[in-house]
Amino acid sequence: MDINTFIENFAGQFDDTPADQINPETNFRDLEEWSSLIALSIIAMVDEEYGVTLKGDDIKNATTVKDVFDRVAALKG
Amino acid sequence: MAFCEFKNVRIAGVAAGVPKNIVSNLDLKSGDGSISADYSPEAFVEMTGVKERRVSEVLTTSDLGFAAAERLIADLAWDKATIDAVLFVSQTADYALPATACILQDRLGLSKECYAADIALGCSGWVYGLSMACSFVSSGAMKRVLLIAGDAKRRAPQPLDPLFGCAATATAVELAEGVDGFKFHFGTDGSGYEAIIMPDSGSRNQTRPESFVSTEFEGKMMHQMQTHMKGMDVFGFGITTAPKSVKKLAEHYGFDYQTYDYFLFHQANMKMNNMIVKKLKLDPTKVPSEMYNFGNTSSASIPLLLVTQIRDQVNGQKKKFLCCGFGVGLSWGTVAFEDAIRVSELVEVGDECENYGYKLQGAVDEKGGQI
Repeated sequence: MDINTFIENFAGQFDDTPADQINPETNFRDLEEWSSLIALSIIAMVDEEYGVTLKGDDIKNATTVKDVFDRVAALKG
Repeated sequence: MAFCEFKNVRIAGVAAGVPKNIVSNLDLKSGDGSISADYSPEAFVEMTGVKERRVSEVLTTSDLGFAAAERLIADLAWDKATIDAVLFVSQTADYALPATACILQDRLGLSKECYAADIALGCSGWVYGLSMACSFVSSGAMKRVLLIAGDAKRRAPQPLDPLFGCAATATAVELAEGVDGFKFHFGTDGSGYEAIIMPDSGSRNQTRPESFVSTEFEGKMMHQMQTHMKGMDVFGFGITTAPKSVKKLAEHYGFDYQTYDYFLFHQANMKMNNMIVKKLKLDPTKVPSEMYNFGNTSSASIPLLLVTQIRDQVNGQKKKFLCCGFGVGLSWGTVAFEDAIRVSELVEVGDECENYGYKLQGAVDEKGGQI
């Protein structure tokens, strides 16, 4: 699983946030555009691109984009 | 394995009853509790796909179901005495006991030689109820079953939820020698029981004054007699389980689901349904939606699509339907069938029709006089 592709996929769920504002260390909840609906888009993207189903707790327990990436990688096994 | 096939049985017709009253989400105020202060009402409507819903704080599911059933029975010219069973699928029954189906037997004037029972399911409820009705008829035990499904007035006073609407549907199931009937797939995952739950109001956590104390849940203030939903968990569940169930059904019975005319999915979240359509590679013109005008109507949502979205295209015309209900439980059910169904016109019910034609014996009116 490549982290740069993951960041691209993650950033792709945002409409108004420039891609350069989304990096592995970005605290995604601090992004102005972040909302519960974007959280759903992330869940959908992860399911589609990585074949893994994230739960609410997976998002809640993550702080940075890398945290989400690590969780997806762990679930993928 | 929960695959079932029932032959020699068909759906004769479908009808639906909704409150006359329309509540528009464009009238919501940001930050008043119903929608977050982060969104304007217009943004909320655009993101959720729900512009308005039918709402009554007076009419129960059985009131709407009664109206739908009366319309359906009249449209089909069914002799009420020939109805062998009434099944009531709802999570907003009139009373915890007795079963609302029993009350409907009397209110509809059905025979006392009638089987009546409630089924406490939501999103998957119509598919489950349909399988039970089909099973009775297909086995030869019964000839006609009336299935009423929906949700309306809540069990406890609470702020209106902008995503939910009130509706009840009536489905007439009857014997039909020689027809292919229905193919079903069912599944359950009780480990997800807390994903959609009304914490109090049952026996596990008894209803008491503390039940009405509001606490914060996923950014909203809610008391314990309101439905708590873990949105992200339900979303992830829906986008994986619904497509899998459809594929499993098609594979088990050896058919190509792409040949079907209409795909009727439970109407809960537009984003979720769009993902399901994408995963199954469906032609979106075959996938009607009613969230815009009706919101999430629980077990009514699938049959309500027939009445409100595709009535002209299917009424009396032979079509292949693939329906999938999924949600609270967690529970899911998918059904495939082909038929020409009679679809009644939508019944709109005014609040004055509460308990229409039916009062408890010994009831008194406001002046203390016998009704």
